[in-house]
Amino acid sequence: MAGGGGNDVQWCFSQVKGAIDDDVAEADIISTVEFNHSGELLATGDKGGRVVIFQQEPENKSQPQCRGEYNVYSTFQSHEPEFDYLKSLEIEEKINKIRWLPQKNAAQFLLSTNDKTIKLWKISERDKRPEGYNLKEEDGRYRDPTTVTTLRVPVFRPMDLMVEASPRRVFANAHTYHINSISVNSDYETYLSADDLRVNLWHLEITDRSFNIVDIKPANMEELTEVITAAEFHPNQCNTFVYSSSKGTIRLCDMRASALCDKHSKLFEEPEDPSNRSFFSEIISSISDVKFSHNGRYMMTRDYLSVKIWDLNMESRPVETYQVGEYLRSKLCSLYENDCIFDKFECCWNGNDSVVMTGSYNNFFRMFDRGQKKDVTLEASRESSKPRAVLKPRKVCGGGKRKKDEISVDSLDFNKKILHTAWHPQENIIAVATTNNLYIFQDKLN
Amino acid sequence: MINTMECAMDAQNLISISLRKIHNSRTQRGGIKLHKNLLVSYVLRNAKQLYMNEKYAEIYRMQQYEEVMTVCNEIQELNPLDLAEDIVEASGDCCSHVAGSPLIMEPASVCCALPASNHPAHTPHQQQQLQATAACSAAGLALQNEEVCKETNSAFFRSCCAEAYPVTDCDFSSLSAVHCNKTTVLDLDTHVVTTVESGYLHQDCCAVQCQGAQAPAKKRKFDFGCYAAESEEVPDFTPCKRARFEDFYCPHSEQLDTSNISNLISIFGSGFTGLVSRQADSEFSLNGQFCSKQTLASLGAWTRAIVAF
Repeated sequence: MAGGGGNDVQWCFSQVKGAIDDDVAEADIISTVEFNHSGELLATGDKGGRVVIFQQEPENKSQPQCRGEYNVYSTFQSHEPEFDYLKSLEIEEKINKIRWLPQKNAAQFLLSTNDKTIKLWKISERDKRPEGYNLKEEDGRYRDPTTVTTLRVPVFRPMDLMVEASPRRVFANAHTYHINSISVNSDYETYLSADDLRVNLWHLEITDRSFNIVDIKPANMEELTEVITAAEFHPNQCNTFVYSSSKGTIRLCDMRASALCDKHSKLFEEPEDPSNRSFFSEIISSISDVKFSHNGRYMMTRDYLSVKIWDLNMESRPVETYQVGEYLRSKLCSLYENDCIFDKFECCWNGNDSVVMTGSYNNFFRMFDRGQKKDVTLEASRESSKPRAVLKPRKVCGGGKRKKDEISVDSLDFNKKILHTAWHPQENIIAVATTNNLYIFQDKLN
Repeated sequence: MINTMECAMDAQNLISISLRKIHNSRTQRGGIKLHKNLLVSYVLRNAKQLYMNEKYAEIYRMQQYEEVMTVCNEIQELNPLDLAEDIVEASGDCCSHVAGSPLIMEPASVCCALPASNHPAHTPHQQQQLQATAACSAAGLALQNEEVCKETNSAFFRSCCAEAYPVTDCDFSSLSAVHCNKTTVLDLDTHVVTTVESGYLHQDCCAVQCQGAQAPAKKRKFDFGCYAAESEEVPDFTPCKRARFEDFYCPHSEQLDTSNISNLISIFGSGFTGLVSRQADSEFSLNGQFCSKQTLASLGAWTRAIVAF
């Protein structure tokens, strides 16, 4: 079992959000999941361009064992489908990433992005409204001024809580290729956005200008050999960011070195094992996600078959490698055929960086306890969705004799994949997105 | 280590699948995904390299086979008694490589072929020498059958996956006299499948061989309908050093439409079928025995005498 703090953690089902219907509407497919900095809010984005925010209820004093449930807080349409008439290109409304800004006042702010445009949303609560206008009726109709005989001062009266989401900034027209990442800087003033070939730096207040800080587009596109797959700012050092590539390398850049960070400060790359060479070596070595640890000492990368932990001080190889699904190696041909080999799995750290988590197929997700060197495979399924039911560890049998309770790799459902997972910044609460459902699990409290 | 026979079979499938993916990506919502297509192009390159290696090996094998058959036929016409002395003399030279082991007629040794085509050290002259003493020198290699096979398997694999495609020295000009009964050949330049009966392989080989020379002349432009209108360059995402790729892309690529892609795929299918069926007939294997049973059966009694010696 994996957990934080060195104790064995048992994971229990808490909630599931989304339709039970097996017939999944494409617009409902979850495309990103993110906790805010306090963990009180949980945002999801979907293929239909909508953002749904869940809020954790305050702990129930009568039931101290149970953590508060997450209920819908706000839902809004973040992006709409667009058409680029100049390039004859349809721009999908799918939300690729959501990143929360740290809270500065009563309102919450988040950045959401599709392939081309980033938007800053303000989510604010309204629980009172002014009443007693002189010139307006309560329903909003204007009064005939001649009928006004007395004057009164309008007062605020309580009302049902209303959560409003309004777009405060729209950062558009800065990316030719598809945006894959956004990351807020620790200075809380700037953020970066990355597409296949470029990384841009923005100021949160300025929408008509962005600085290009990485450009790997070759002069001759025929010489293109790699693309940028993910980028993230360092959690503490506002001058440092990393970007990963389709070739399995990670480059760390220092913005103090020069305006254009094409020349990396560090290059993290592990030599390929020649005995594993295959038709698909380039595909499976492509990094799909990169995440700094909370303490900023490590970073984690996810490629198709493994999760690697890198020490920022060592570029030659990762310090830890965890196999997520080595049993998939023998299936690469069919996974290529059905396009599953292109799936981009994300990964995440727990609050104290002791455990990492990532998704896989058959609605399995994996946790690796770095300290205890243990790993566990769990499943997000409706069958095991009884309140506070403890999740049973699963095991996949790669080949040979299948033991009892093991699942053969040939029985895995490759249409059921967990690409997006998120871990509460402080508690052992995790959000795991299947195709169109969001599962929330928490550790068993005694 | 991937079984190279499987590779040969899978290579054609992978090429078809990859082409289909590239074609489908043009109609996907949201425009062409640069990342995905770049990865697909890598698979295409890897599959193509393996297929090309297989093809060259196949061609070389067939030429070796024909050469040996010619020699055998000539031997059959001679008086076997007179021949014995000549053979003993001649074998002294050839068998210097053999180290006292029985000569085994390996008419089409892939082990012979692969090092020749994959090691730049082999000059055309050396290759001619190899061919001339194929009957004898093949034995030397056949002796170390397993080792060489393993080595060539890895060489095979290395070359199939290496960035720089190593084929340069495969000079078949000396084989202009090679006859073949029936060969199905896919011309990767014109995408024309040719079935050659009792004809020469020379031209076809050279056509395949010369595609490298033609590469610079071809404009490797892909009809990215979606990207064409982009204000920046048309992103040909084909990585560098994949000069062979244009074989799969229509040279006049402005109208690379569905029917062309379908034709390409069906051409590959029929072309490969021809090659594969020939392989099956002659029972060539890359893993162990390079001696075709049929070939041995067709040898005359005199050659069996040589074999027994």
